[in-house]
This record gives sequence, structure tokens and C-alpha cells, in this order.
Amino acid sequence: MEKDLSHIVKEEVRQYSYLNLGPTHPATHGIFQNVLKMDGEVIIEAESTIGYIHRAFEKLAERRPFYQITPITDRMNYCSSPINNIGWHMTVEKLVGVEIPKRVQYLRVIVMELARITDHLICNAVIGVDTGALTGFVYLFQQREHVYEIYEEICGARLTTNLGRIGGFERDFTPKAWAKIEKFLKEFPAVLKEFEALLVRNRIFMDRTIGVGGITAERALNYGFTGPNLRAAGVDYDVRVMNPYSSYEDFNFTIPVGTQGDTYDRFMVRQNEMWQSLSIIRQAIDKIPAGPFHADVPEFYLPPKEEVYNNMESLIYHFKIVMGETDVPKGEVYHSVEGGNGELGFYLISDGGRTPFRLHFRRPCFIYYQAYTEMVKGSMLSDAILTMSSMNVIAGELDA
Amino acid sequence: MESSNTDAIVSIINQEFENEILQIEEPYKILTISFKQERIIEIIQFLYNHPELQFQFLTTLCGIHYPDQNQIAVMYQLHNLKTNQRIRLKVFLPEDKPEVQTLTGLFSAANWMERETYDFFGVIFIGHPNLKRILNVDDMIFFPLRKEFPLEDQTREDKNDALFGR
Repeated sequence: MEKDLSHIVKEEVRQYSYLNLGPTHPATHGIFQNVLKMDGEVIIEAESTIGYIHRAFEKLAERRPFYQITPITDRMNYCSSPINNIGWHMTVEKLVGVEIPKRVQYLRVIVMELARITDHLICNAVIGVDTGALTGFVYLFQQREHVYEIYEEICGARLTTNLGRIGGFERDFTPKAWAKIEKFLKEFPAVLKEFEALLVRNRIFMDRTIGVGGITAERALNYGFTGPNLRAAGVDYDVRVMNPYSSYEDFNFTIPVGTQGDTYDRFMVRQNEMWQSLSIIRQAIDKIPAGPFHADVPEFYLPPKEEVYNNMESLIYHFKIVMGETDVPKGEVYHSVEGGNGELGFYLISDGGRTPFRLHFRRPCFIYYQAYTEMVKGSMLSDAILTMSSMNVIAGELDA
Repeated sequence: MESSNTDAIVSIINQEFENEILQIEEPYKILTISFKQERIIEIIQFLYNHPELQFQFLTTLCGIHYPDQNQIAVMYQLHNLKTNQRIRLKVFLPEDKPEVQTLTGLFSAANWMERETYDFFGVIFIGHPNLKRILNVDDMIFFPLRKEFPLEDQTREDKNDALFGR
């Protein structure tokens, strides 16, 4: 499908203006700079500059023992940090070859799907805000708060969670955590339904989003799109289904796909994924087996405190873990999980030392955001804002 | 699950590019082939177009610095989304003159990935449309992910590896 660019008038008769959208602009929800060449309201050309919050995570990781890298991953896609944490843990487990108990896998699925809901929820609420509907945002953010309370109950933190350990969880879910999850599962569907009633068939919302910032499946694949943005273009690639990890093969769920790859489709794909996530959490809770909440890996998993004080072996393990003295096998491993924005990959080369020799994060945002300039070409300025928020570009993940 | 008909893939590549292959391994179930650098883009093009292979999705691309061999490797990871087969390709470039052809002609996604690799390792991608720094500041004079670039204050002794018998 060729993009209709006939309304861009030839250069010699027009006078253009340049507009700096960003780096700090309230409508871009993050630090992104785009220099736009404008013909009135129409964008003729755009150039993105990124890197404003670059923190050199890949270099930092080369000096840190494996367990200290988890907090770094928090700060990539901070809207769904548990997925990043668990993805990293699973990468190390894959390298070491740890057998993970079924219960841990199911607990992880529950947390990761909660994180996916919060991620999509923020994105969709913000699409609403950018079209002028602030109401839905307020209702959904109240629900996000409930999920953050669940995180708090599980790991003690809210946004940058540092959740779980290599091998499992630091503690089992408390009865209070389970109660909060149940409460969320009971209350959230009604809110989500109300939110859909507010926007999905809303004439203004549809006019603002349908046909805005579209991309074809071919271009999306060529640009390395993954996640909801790729699925909105009609490609049903989902890491959870293609390469199941953490027992995703045990659950029944569908992958929502769009057809046009435009803002409305991205919105709808995320919306339907939230329903699927709710169903996965329900299935996981119903099927969860009893058992330990962490794997038996004393070299990586901190022993309980009473053991450390009373048992020589545990004390040694404790010391070795805290000092980052644990040896890991040599190897080269790639593990990917379906993050909030798509395939989040960890490419880890270990030379057997205490730290990674090289750690590369495949950040979905970084890869698909480069298509933005192509997607906004020929569109109105207000549509460009909407395109960016519907792509869910997270500055932390973009810049790493 | 990730399929493992790697033998068939290796034999197809072997037929066409036998002289280019340096090493074939399969760490953690991903077929990894190291090539000589001259024809790497041609090889990726072949993998893209071959009716049986069809590696048409560029998952990621990154650099790796090996200071002991004075080499910088560029790693390409491709994915066939139809058969769910992954493949990893590597080329090794000399540290003092790391140059390789660009992949942007085949994958638009390679644009920023190559800029990132240039930014951090100084790898020159010949033919890249806009090869400049992407995450670091423009007037930086070094390539920070090379191993000789120190991360922390090197005078700190509490983090000296030698003190821990390494």
C-alpha cells in the first residue's frame, strides 16, 4: 500500500518552518526530540534524536555480578519492570541450566501478566488523553495503583521492582498478596469495560485514531517491529506462543491481531491483550501447583537468614553470592521474553567470570522507534503526537 | 519450540559459501556461524532470499570486543518467523580498522542498530546513510564499550579483581 503524499506541495512554492518537538515536551511523555519540517500543520520531514537518558547499561553490566544486574533491567521499560527482571533471571538460569519448579513458573506468569496489564493500561489511557479524553485515564490509573500494591506485597517495591531472584522468588506470595490479586481480578474487568465503552465506538476517538500513523506488515517486519505494534499490523508473532518460556504453553489464550497497523488497531490490540492477560492470570491461579517458591540453586539463591547464622555451608554461600564470587559456565546465550512492547531479548556472553563478558539488550522500543519518522511523514502535527503515544515508546527502554 | 533442523541449514550454506565459513557451533540451541567479513552482506542476502531459509527478520545486531585477539566482532541475529528458526552470524574485524558493509539496504531496522554499534565500538558500516553517534554525545572521542575504556574509578582497591584471587 503506497502512502498518499499528494497533499505535500512541491518545494519551490512553499515556505517551510522547523519545529522542535521535544526534548522536553509535555505531549511526548518522555524525553524525545524530533525536529519536524512543517508545511503549516503538515509534517514534511522528521528527524529523531535519542539518547537523552542514556545510562550505559551494557557497560555497567560488565562490572556487575549477575544478581546486581536485575535492578538495571528495572529501569529499561519501567512500566512493566517485572517482565524485565524475570526475563533476566531466566537468561541466567538458561546459562546455568537450572530446573525451575512449576510453582515458580506459574507465579512468574501471574506477575508478568499483571505487568503486561499495567503496561498496556498506561499506553491506552494515554492515547485517550492525547485525543482529549482525560476521564478514562483517571479510572485506569486507579487500577494501576492496585497492581502496584500487589507488587509491593510481593517484593516491597512499586515501580522499579527488582522482583524475584535468580532461581525463583525471595518469598512466597503472602495470603494478603493473593487477596489483592483476587480483588484486582474481580474489580478490574468492570473498569476496563467502562473504559472501552468510553472510547472504542466513540466517534471523536475513532476519527482521531483510525488511519493515523499506520504501517504495513511488510514495513513493520522490515523495521523489526515486535509486540502489539507488529500484531496491530497483522502479524501474529508473540514470543509467548512461538518460543514458550515459563510454562506459557500450559495456558489457553489468543493473540489479538489488527489489520491496518494504525493507532486504533494498536489501541484495540492492547485492549484485547489485557483481557487475555486477565484470563491467563485466572488460569494460572486455578492451576497453580503446590511446591517450593524457588529452585534449588544454592550458588545463586540466598539462603534464609537463620541458616546463615547457624550453618557453615549457608554462610559460605551467602558470602559468595553477596560478594559476587559465584562462578558461572562459559557460554553464549540468547533468551527473549514478550515484554510490554515486544520481544525483549538478552544476549549474554559469559567468559566464566563473575560478571558478563558482554551483555546486549534487544530493546523493542529502540528498534521500532526508528520507523516513527517514516510513519509521521505527511501527517498532521497532532496525529504525530498520537502516533508516538500509541507506539508506547518508553524513554528508558529506548536509551538503555 | 525452537526447531533444530540445523544440519539442513548448514549444508545449504556450506554449498554456497564454503570458503567463507570460519566456524560453526550451536551454543544453547542457536546455530552460530562465523564468517569472513568480505561477503557477509551477500550471505545475509542469500539467507533472506533462499526459498527454504527465508531469514527475513533481523532480531538484533551488536558488537563484541575481544581485546585478546585485537578483534571486534559484529553479531547479526536473524529469525525465520515462519519456521521459528533462529540463526546467529558473526564477523570478526581487526580492532584498528573495523569496517564492514552496511545491512541497511536489506533491513531498515539495521539503521539504528548499526549506529549504536558505531557509537559504542567504532565499527564503520560502509554505505550507511547516516552513520553518526546515536546514544552518546556527538563530540565524544572514544568508543565506550571497548574493553579498554574504564567504567569506574580505577584507583579503587576494594573492587580490584586481584584481591579476590582472580
